[in-house]
Amino acid sequence: MKVLYFAWLRERIGLPAEDVETSAETIKDLVLELSNRAPRYEAAFSDLGSVRCALDQNLVSSDTPLGDAKEVAFFPPMTGG
Amino acid sequence: MYVKIQEAAFDVGAQINVFSQRHSKMGAIATFTGIVRDNDDETLKAMEIEHYPGMAEKAISDIVQTAVERWSLGDALVIHRYGILAPGEIIMMVATAAVHRAEAFQAAEFLMDYLKSRAPFWKKEITKETVTWVPSKQNDEDALNRW
Repeated sequence: MKVLYFAWLRERIGLPAEDVETSAETIKDLVLELSNRAPRYEAAFSDLGSVRCALDQNLVSSDTPLGDAKEVAFFPPMTGG
Repeated sequence: MYVKIQEAAFDVGAQINVFSQRHSKMGAIATFTGIVRDNDDETLKAMEIEHYPGMAEKAISDIVQTAVERWSLGDALVIHRYGILAPGEIIMMVATAAVHRAEAFQAAEFLMDYLKSRAPFWKKEITKETVTWVPSKQNDEDALNRW
């Protein structure tokens, strides 16, 4: 699936998007998988309270199952307007 | 309903004119314009606005649709820019058309409150010395509770 990162998550991880092969059940499981990959992922995801996620462009909680989703995105709390 | 996410600057006056002329049955048009605000010590060089293409359009369209239904709006408009903006530049605007002014004002406030913390945009402040991601504010999140 496609994984996208925005704002300081993108900067800490060092890339805006990547294709990830995963058997994770939920978004939280995917975060654990990614965090085990490299320290920069671990650093980016170290404070999950300040990370928001979207599944196929819908804002969801990290408990949400990945299901058949094509795209998951991670970003800090939004500051629009 | 008109939702546009764009890098280019836009003319607020021209947008309001076009929007206003489409609604002869609506007695009230409310508009809000957001500007890049300089720091108190005037050190801001630029504001960089990042967005999530696709989700930004979708999230804002959903919020606008909710406002249209809740306040029986004749129409609503949101234009939001991304990219590098200088202090004083226009970031975004909202316009609402309703039968009476109370609905137009309320819907515009509702849209602004939701855009602040539910539209996928992130702001980075660039000064001479520092580059900082603007943190979200708890009172922006709390503002959603009144709706």
